Amino acid sequence: MDESSSPLLEVSGLRKSFPGVLALRGVSLHLQKGEVLALIGENGAGKSTLMKILAGVQPADEGDFRVSGKKVSFRNVNDAMDKGIALIHQELNLCGNLDLAANVFLGREPTKAGLIDESEMRRQTEKFLSQVGLNLPVDTLAGSIPIGKQQLVEIAKALSCNARVLIMDEPTSSLSQKETETLFEVVKNLRSKGISVIYISHRLGEVKELADRVTVFRDGENAGELMQDQIDHDNMVKLMVGRELSEFYDRQVHNPGKPVLSLKDLRCPSYPQHPLSLEVSEGEIVGVAGLVGAGRTELLQTIFGVTPALGGSLEISGEAKEIRNPRAAISVGIALAPEDRKQHGLVLPMSVRENSSLPSLQRDASRGWLNENAERTVTQNAVKSMKIKTPNYEQMARFLSGGNQQKIVLGKWLAMSPKLLLLDEPTRGIDVGAKREIYKLMEKLAGEGMAILFVSSEMEEVLGMADRAYVMHEGQISGELSRDQLSEKAIMNLATGNLAAA
Amino acid sequence: MKKNVLGIFILLVAIFVITAVINPKFLNAYNMQNLIKWSSLYAVMSLGVAFVIITGGIDLSIGSVVGLVSVVLSICLKLEGMDPWSAIGITLVLSLGIGLLHGLLITKAKVQPFVVTLCGLLVYRSMGRWLTDNQSIGPMPYEEDAGYKNLEQIQGLDFLFSGKIALGSFNLPTPALFILVLSIAAAVFLRRTIWGRYLFALGNNEEGTRYSGIDTDRMKILAYVLCSLFAGIAGILFAFELDSVQPAQTGEFYELYAIAAAVLGGCSLRGGEGSVLGVVIAAAVIRLIYNSINMVGISTHLEFGILGLVILLGVIGDEFLKKAVARKQAAQKT
Repeated sequence: MDESSSPLLEVSGLRKSFPGVLALRGVSLHLQKGEVLALIGENGAGKSTLMKILAGVQPADEGDFRVSGKKVSFRNVNDAMDKGIALIHQELNLCGNLDLAANVFLGREPTKAGLIDESEMRRQTEKFLSQVGLNLPVDTLAGSIPIGKQQLVEIAKALSCNARVLIMDEPTSSLSQKETETLFEVVKNLRSKGISVIYISHRLGEVKELADRVTVFRDGENAGELMQDQIDHDNMVKLMVGRELSEFYDRQVHNPGKPVLSLKDLRCPSYPQHPLSLEVSEGEIVGVAGLVGAGRTELLQTIFGVTPALGGSLEISGEAKEIRNPRAAISVGIALAPEDRKQHGLVLPMSVRENSSLPSLQRDASRGWLNENAERTVTQNAVKSMKIKTPNYEQMARFLSGGNQQKIVLGKWLAMSPKLLLLDEPTRGIDVGAKREIYKLMEKLAGEGMAILFVSSEMEEVLGMADRAYVMHEGQISGELSRDQLSEKAIMNLATGNLAAA
Repeated sequence: MKKNVLGIFILLVAIFVITAVINPKFLNAYNMQNLIKWSSLYAVMSLGVAFVIITGGIDLSIGSVVGLVSVVLSICLKLEGMDPWSAIGITLVLSLGIGLLHGLLITKAKVQPFVVTLCGLLVYRSMGRWLTDNQSIGPMPYEEDAGYKNLEQIQGLDFLFSGKIALGSFNLPTPALFILVLSIAAAVFLRRTIWGRYLFALGNNEEGTRYSGIDTDRMKILAYVLCSLFAGIAGILFAFELDSVQPAQTGEFYELYAIAAAVLGGCSLRGGEGSVLGVVIAAAVIRLIYNSINMVGISTHLEFGILGLVILLGVIGDEFLKKAVARKQAAQKT
């Protein structure tokens, strides 16, 4: 094949497994010069894994990988950089205590006589910053500029390494509307200069605006491809979930009962200037949507007593409660399945049994002695009711898949029979099968009268599961949407602070 | 966990056999009694620090607590003529108080355990020297001392803490009984009570444990209290064993032996791991190495070097073993 006609980047038959989960089952993808390819799929579809492989962060187990028709294999990030592939991380990796020039050239500082050539470094940095439309002095500290600009600095950094392919993983997840627009201009501008972009996003609206082509992943496999004229919301969703939405979110009608949780002017330590009020009733599934960093996780953590409220009132079933720590929250019937499952939800080096029984140990103990029978029963119930796939109860939680880990977290809380279940990104990093089971469980629990408040960044999840949703923006509740008002557009408007359009 | 203990046990047996072959005198009753006695004394401190290491913390003040407790006990018994059981009570309360202070500083004032206990190391050592004007002192009173009136009772304590019980021709040192009781209690506490489970859980993941509704601060304080209490008990045993306490030297560097034994016995300084049996055996290994060096005729100047290498190799071996076990578990997929 003639080199000029082969795609800039081409992978096929890529496979990758982690302990307990097969993340990629033979996916393929190709990218042309000067093309913006959007890669979409639900959480756990394998997008981020593929990106890490492309950028040399992780090796693939097997598969064919070509750049400009030539077979390559990357052992590390530098190998990928040499071929012009750069990953812009979801979490930015700038050193806040260094200035922009130092960040752009970190590890590749130009030198003169063995010392850093400051003036050359500044000159170069200015050039690359202007390519991404940033007019900041190069001696600005990276930590002092907003996150949207930090991201542009990351892109400038990639350009300074002669990147031909930029991989952007959820670049807008914490950007304001305005910052998002700026980023889009930069991306379009780079495209016109022949730079290719792989763009991963959950925001289908953005994908529609930006992408030349869309590749859809589902459960570690290619689910389909859409050319520019086929890109629309319904087509994308259909490919992502593999069936009609209504089938996937098997919803029943709930009749909310008495309020279980009501917050009046609750002040969270993260945004003490914005008092929050909301209500969740028995048998109701309420969503909290918003951008990353809007204060949703912090809200749940305050309700659960991880970061106690600074003021305002919190009522459980009509009674005012002061919740100073998670123990107090649990004692009034609250449970939280946290966003960071590995750090906050589980003790990874401990077994399925020890994890499942951790909150209920004290209740079942007498005078501090472990009640091993009760512990076994709790574990058995969790494993059975949640359908946790584990070879035995003594398996370390670390070696289970994300879906099974999340089921342990839910199982351990169900043993405490909570009145109010808080779920923070309940299906992040979970395969489609487990995801469906979790949705079914939410339905079942709501049907039994439990109040459920869940935070989700996944638009489809909020649209599919919520009876009602609050939308947060920069620490405030920017709006409340009833079931019939729920739409991607309405949520995005409120989430980006565009109140007038809501 | 069990394989873990097996490894260190094999090490103990190996050194034991090799030494016995090279120098048969090693096996004589007097040497064995000494070995058992010193192993037991070290094991008491090592068990204490194991609680703290399981939570992912560290205690550097153990040696100074041993020194201070033996000084205070001697003063109470010999100079003050205090009722002997009250004197024991005072030293135990003192060590509990020290542990409580450490725990509060670490959990409430958020000072790092290394710093808190390093300062403790300095402070308690100098307190002991100041209280005695840096003169050596022992628990046993002479005729001119106020404590002489309690001589009989104090001799009773001396027998309890550093006596020997004749078992046929073998005289078992009483500290061995202490470590027997304390290690059973520690093992039951760690494996059969919810608090033991909480210590392991928080050592592996403190935040995750707190999110499960456990008062992690209180559990950490408990670990430091137990650590200092065990150091205090060791201090009492040492005071009677040594008869003469040197305020500047008694207990010096003992924290390092205790930490070494805990680590060699399977505790990870990252927290969340450890077993009582492993720690007790490891404390014995450390004393055995000392003894062997003498018996085999290696220059005593090499003592520290050999000890350091054995601990290092032991921990590396342990790490390999753990990886192998983890691989096996990972392979055992659903």
